[in-house]
Amino acid sequence: MKPGLRLKSLTPDAPLVEVQFGGEALMLPEGDNLAAALLAAGIDGFRQTPYQGVARAPYCMMGICFDCLLEVDGVSQQSCMVQVRAGMDLRPARQRREGPYASL
Amino acid sequence: MHRFDLAIVGAGPAGMAAAREAAEAGLKVALVDEQPRAGGQIYRNVGQAAQTYGAQLGKEYLRGVPLVEGIDHEAITHFSGHSVWAIEKGQLALNSPDGARQIGARCVLLATGAIERPMPVPGWTLPGVMGAGAAQIMLKQSGLAVENAVLVGSGPLLHLVAVQLLRAGAPPVALVETRQRRDSRRALLMWRLMLRAGRYIQRSLADLNELRNAGVPRHMACADVALLGERRVDTVSFSSGGRRQELSCDAALLHHGVVPHVQASRAAGVPHIWSDKIQAHVPVCDSWGRTEVPRVWVAGDGAWIGGARAAELSGRIAGLAIAHDLGFVHSPERDRRTSGWIEERDFELSLRPLIEKAFPPYAAALAPADNVTVCRCEEISAGEVRQAVRDGATGINHVKVSTRAGMGRCQGRMCAAALARIVVRESDAKIDEIGTLNARPPIKPVTLGALAGMRREAEGSEDD
Repeated sequence: MKPGLRLKSLTPDAPLVEVQFGGEALMLPEGDNLAAALLAAGIDGFRQTPYQGVARAPYCMMGICFDCLLEVDGVSQQSCMVQVRAGMDLRPARQRREGPYASL
Repeated sequence: MHRFDLAIVGAGPAGMAAAREAAEAGLKVALVDEQPRAGGQIYRNVGQAAQTYGAQLGKEYLRGVPLVEGIDHEAITHFSGHSVWAIEKGQLALNSPDGARQIGARCVLLATGAIERPMPVPGWTLPGVMGAGAAQIMLKQSGLAVENAVLVGSGPLLHLVAVQLLRAGAPPVALVETRQRRDSRRALLMWRLMLRAGRYIQRSLADLNELRNAGVPRHMACADVALLGERRVDTVSFSSGGRRQELSCDAALLHHGVVPHVQASRAAGVPHIWSDKIQAHVPVCDSWGRTEVPRVWVAGDGAWIGGARAAELSGRIAGLAIAHDLGFVHSPERDRRTSGWIEERDFELSLRPLIEKAFPPYAAALAPADNVTVCRCEEISAGEVRQAVRDGATGINHVKVSTRAGMGRCQGRMCAAALARIVVRESDAKIDEIGTLNARPPIKPVTLGALAGMRREAEGSEDD
């Protein structure tokens, strides 16, 4: 995976825990903001958009925009509002629809 | 169900100050906030970060420390990590990782703060493009500084975030500022205000000085901003001084002011009016923060953009005014104690025209080109919205059902103002004639499982 955002960390390394992202193991700082931790780990494909099917990444980091949406243990959640826990099963939120809604 | 005299939504400066005043006056207070720790966005994580990297974030940030300490009070219950998804007569429905619940309150104070004004420009949906405020949040909460960033837009926050990144050892590539030369001239004409705003101007000049000394380039009077990249942003393109320029970067951080976050006040049924000054809808309230909906109050930037200090003061004022309305405080005491706060709040608010003149929103993002996405959730472009109006859509909700703009998960938080402006422009209607997007519960997502669990809890605990 191509590295995404480059982030410089000012904090001493927190203890890392293992999570699954799209079936692959990742080590993230326990208790950290999930969206920020994933960005720092080089992830920049979060939710997939309904029509174009392209990846979005966190935009607002404060629970407004829903672009950081992930399936966290099977439930769609704004990852910027979630804290890292060991063993989380994370997947990009898929919202692919048969579109467009031309008939409406 | 837990019952309180006052439930406050939002633990930023307004909410924290209101909680403290109300608790001191004898009210039983619930302070509900989505974040794990109090502070809001401006003082996000200040209780923790003040020790470790407070220096990089600056003195103003540390003003949040006493506010956070102030909510450590026996009469205040802090529901951290709880989002509010419904507000109905005297009841709030909350959701948290531990499940959903309801609390009852005699009064509700909405202190939901501001959001960054969305900035629809070409390419703003690419990964690597974020709000400048979002980068600041990552710094405050996680101690992570975005490297190799171009900051784009207008406003004091743009400069502040640039300085904070610089101090954190991640100097930005450049600032691409959209304010025009005439904006500075207009601000200079308000010299009386400038004298009164000395403290803020000094701070602002110090920020600019720090950036200059560090050699961070500032491109002024920029237009035609576009964010380019294949899978993620890698270039910021703009024109300045008649020349087209491109800067490579790993991130583009956008900012052109803040607007009230009104989803909760809308859901509570509070009437809103369009403010030309703020270029967004604002809830209607009196100078205490009382709205037209009985027992629903608003305070802070969620009511009117005034900045952190004004928010804190309006929180104190609302907290004591609510205590008065509920019979905990007599009028003379309320008036005596709030008079100084009101004076200082009004002083703070009187300075705002200076910021509005000096740092207006980026004009091209207020009227985006046809190919620019305005509704990020449903991927609807400004052109599709315009076409819907030409095809006969008469109001904002008509546009919503014919295009799906505003129908996505963010419920229009990111696009409502842009839709309103486009509909007004295209249809020659007045802004108060086109309606507003409705905010219906749940205003934040909640699972069916959490709803089912809530019912059981309500049945099981009648007495408290």
